[in-house]
Amino acid sequence: MAISTLKKIAPDDPAHIKAELLAKYPSKVARKRSKQIMINEALENTTPEIMANVRTTPGIITMRGCSYAGCKGVIMGPTRDVVNLVHGPIGCSFYAWLTRRNQTNAGTDGANYINYCFSTDMQDSDIIFGGEKKLEAAIQEAYDLFHPRSIAIFATCPVGLIGDDIHTVARRMKEKFGDCNVLAFSCEGYKGVSQSAGHHIANNQIFRHIVGENDEVKPGKYKINLLGEYNIGGDGFEIDRILKKCGITNISTFSGNSTYDQFASCHTADLNAVMCHRSINYVADMLETKYGIPWVKVNFIGAEATAKSLRKIAGYFGEKELIDQVEAVIAEEMPNVETALADVLPRTTGKTAMMFLGGSRAHHYQELFKEMGMKVIAAGYEFAHRDDYEGRHVIPDLKVDADSRNIEEIVVYRDEDKFKARKTAEEMKALEDSGYKFKEYEGMVPEMEKGTLIIDDLNQYEAEKLVELMKPDLFCGGIKEKYSIQKLGVPMKQLHSYDSGGPYAGFKGAINFYYEIDRLVNSRVWSYMKAPWQDNPQLSATYGWE
Amino acid sequence: MLLRHTPKEITERSALMINPAKTCQPIGAMYAALGIHGCLPHSHGSQGCCAYHRSALTRHYKEPVSASTSSFTEGSSVFGGQANMLQAIENIFAVYNPEIIACHTTCLSETIGDDLKQIRKKAITEGKIPEGKYMISASTPSYVGSHVTGFSNMVKSMVGLAEPTGKKNGKVNIIPGWVEPSDMEEIKRLTNMIGVKTIMFPDTSGVLNGPLSGEYKMYPDGGVTVAELQSTGDSIGTLALGEWCSADAARELDVKHKVPCQILDMPFGLKATDRFIDALRIIAGVTVPDELSMERGQLVDMISDMHQYVYHKKVALVGDPDQVIAMTEFLVSIDMCPVHIVTGTPGKAFERRIKEITKDMPFPCNVKAKGDMFLLHQWIKNEPVDLIIGNTYCKYISRDEDIPLVRWGFPILDRQGHQYFPTVGYKGALRLLEKILNVIQDRKDRDDPESKFELVL
Repeated sequence: MAISTLKKIAPDDPAHIKAELLAKYPSKVARKRSKQIMINEALENTTPEIMANVRTTPGIITMRGCSYAGCKGVIMGPTRDVVNLVHGPIGCSFYAWLTRRNQTNAGTDGANYINYCFSTDMQDSDIIFGGEKKLEAAIQEAYDLFHPRSIAIFATCPVGLIGDDIHTVARRMKEKFGDCNVLAFSCEGYKGVSQSAGHHIANNQIFRHIVGENDEVKPGKYKINLLGEYNIGGDGFEIDRILKKCGITNISTFSGNSTYDQFASCHTADLNAVMCHRSINYVADMLETKYGIPWVKVNFIGAEATAKSLRKIAGYFGEKELIDQVEAVIAEEMPNVETALADVLPRTTGKTAMMFLGGSRAHHYQELFKEMGMKVIAAGYEFAHRDDYEGRHVIPDLKVDADSRNIEEIVVYRDEDKFKARKTAEEMKALEDSGYKFKEYEGMVPEMEKGTLIIDDLNQYEAEKLVELMKPDLFCGGIKEKYSIQKLGVPMKQLHSYDSGGPYAGFKGAINFYYEIDRLVNSRVWSYMKAPWQDNPQLSATYGWE
Repeated sequence: MLLRHTPKEITERSALMINPAKTCQPIGAMYAALGIHGCLPHSHGSQGCCAYHRSALTRHYKEPVSASTSSFTEGSSVFGGQANMLQAIENIFAVYNPEIIACHTTCLSETIGDDLKQIRKKAITEGKIPEGKYMISASTPSYVGSHVTGFSNMVKSMVGLAEPTGKKNGKVNIIPGWVEPSDMEEIKRLTNMIGVKTIMFPDTSGVLNGPLSGEYKMYPDGGVTVAELQSTGDSIGTLALGEWCSADAARELDVKHKVPCQILDMPFGLKATDRFIDALRIIAGVTVPDELSMERGQLVDMISDMHQYVYHKKVALVGDPDQVIAMTEFLVSIDMCPVHIVTGTPGKAFERRIKEITKDMPFPCNVKAKGDMFLLHQWIKNEPVDLIIGNTYCKYISRDEDIPLVRWGFPILDRQGHQYFPTVGYKGALRLLEKILNVIQDRKDRDDPESKFELVL
């Protein structure tokens, strides 16, 4: 049905919309989906509960990908001096080849493998007789050709099924080379219920095999790690620009434009700043337990959020010199942001948006839309867990189902040699008493207005239905959703890879985003849907040329 | 340098593929299935396969690509995916209501040995496939062949729908192979012009080059219908374009239903188009209309007018076998010299065919099936070329080596036009020639010293 002919249903009727979304489903599917579609209404001091991180029903056209995509595609993909070798048939490596728009800069060491795609290209004989020999040969060939700092092996579905022992092969080759760390990731696509399982697997292996290897103390006074920032569209470059200007040293980014040595020496930093909570919180927790580095949640998406995050980092170190410098940087950067905002606000205020993305972005980008006077009327994650919606306080109550139980939880202990409390207990308490929150993430739900819709693992049918019913001015999602939404005459912005452009993080990124959204929601193209003769199909008269 | 670690010296690799010139079977099956009207492609495997294929096709076509998945978990990988598939069938017909589901396997479901034919039977027995609706399936293990093989396998499954009535329908089956929607449209224009009634399958025109009109149709108007596919067994013959993409389906119709077939090259370039038109003319028993001879003449005219700019220019060419064979013949026919030729798809027949086409060329030709772009790049470093023809991934080589690139093949992720402007037929060959000339002449204009810079080329 053409969208223009639909009666606009008031956005304040979320129960009706929810019922519409569920109406067509077989009863079993409807029951499950109804727990994943939540109307945001506060219940006595608590946020309502949503079902998340559960299996997608077969046959339902989901936005989700697989564990391999989370491990190789998201976490390890943006590293630049690691040869990421995919053990499997060719497709898995091919599809993850430069498609996420992670930017890298070869730097002074000159290593940059991001433009390459490596695969063992398994054949049927490898499936039948086992692929370990081929894997070993491929690792050797990669080593002989490139002599990289590290070679990472990724398992695809058949590898787990035929029982190739990739970890033993990796260990053997690592010992053989001596100067190249070879490590393997058992991130077969069928593990877990989404990309999320792959993040966890990647976190575990980086922590187990790389972190803590290089104790050399890097220069810099205020040293942090930036966790969960993947440098899509250059976001990480913009954040690094700001950090540098503030006098903050970024020891290691997980994992945009990252190097092996950054991972290896990240335990020398004094604070972990966590961007994407979903994909990297495991590393943050493990770094704290083993090495004593506290972590805080930050968000560099949005100018105000960026300022807030910088103040949070400065507040942790607590030195006047840094606090003053951060304030000076904010004061210097904000006028340009305000000028841009003043320009776009008249055209963006009052517009509505929907966001169905990842495990953090559907939350982070709400800051930017707020700055632009836009309202997010429905949002949800593709692969998040309940804590990303409701906050970390629900973690003890999370049900661990069979799919999650299969994902390894590594137990980490304090490293007696390398553990160093960054602050005394008194200092930490003083910070917490002053309102400073460590290890805290409140999730998306409190951010959203009452009566909005929060939907986990949105699918194609529901996306279309939502757009038809609520008619947002903008929809944000991934490439698979992009064109079906736009066919409805609604602009769609990819917020996984950004389509084009970026950065959108930091101060300059906020300005880029304001203008990009202004361009999208105010483009003339959306007025061309109908030809003149389609608006008035009935001819009332004819005329000739004479 | 983008590909800064690629050495000039070529070393033998037996296990490591770098920068592939192919991808896996299921995406080909998905693309083919989208060429059936009212069809929902279904991927029997992990969610990631389906997500990756949809994303890749969407980036190439800038169009919605709907497909569902069996969403395997670790449990289904151990116990088999039958329960997932049966549940999927039920949900698909309830929620998306397609005319037909075209299901393909993945390396996961193939490795554990799921049998889609048996699952389909069970679904029918259990009443999960509604009356008047269909399901076809193709076995497409990712560890055999390439995306081209997967395309061919799904097309072969389509002819499984053929139900001969014993009465000929007077039509010619045309299997166009993995070409663009615009190419399929052009093939239909050519057959109409000659006056041959056809059933073309698959047919993605009108599906993956749709309009923006404020309306979203999950099943766009294009595509071959199930009724047409059922009728393919009554056709007077089949023209299969491309040995790799289309021959298997054509032979299947011949063997099963005695529909005679002819395997031709894909009609890219002058000579392959000549053979295609000639075959159509003979089948239809008609005279080729003058307007088509006119189109041919225009192509020959431009070849002669611009011959000096292409003569003996060296080309590196990478792509899929059927396309690359036809393109090699076209390049040789205009006196260009394709000196480095790679396809990722396995097949010694490819190498033999290329050797034969290039045997009279003044330079020797490097050719490799089951090759990769890393090798192609190394060949180029050792013997530079004037032009690269291939998909978007070639732009990394093109920029590093400062060699002009014509984007042609799959995937094209950074330029537009392939959805709308064909490269098959005489008009298509004109466009190919125009693209080749544009980049060569742009380069000349960029590089000529001021004193030699010319107004008229």
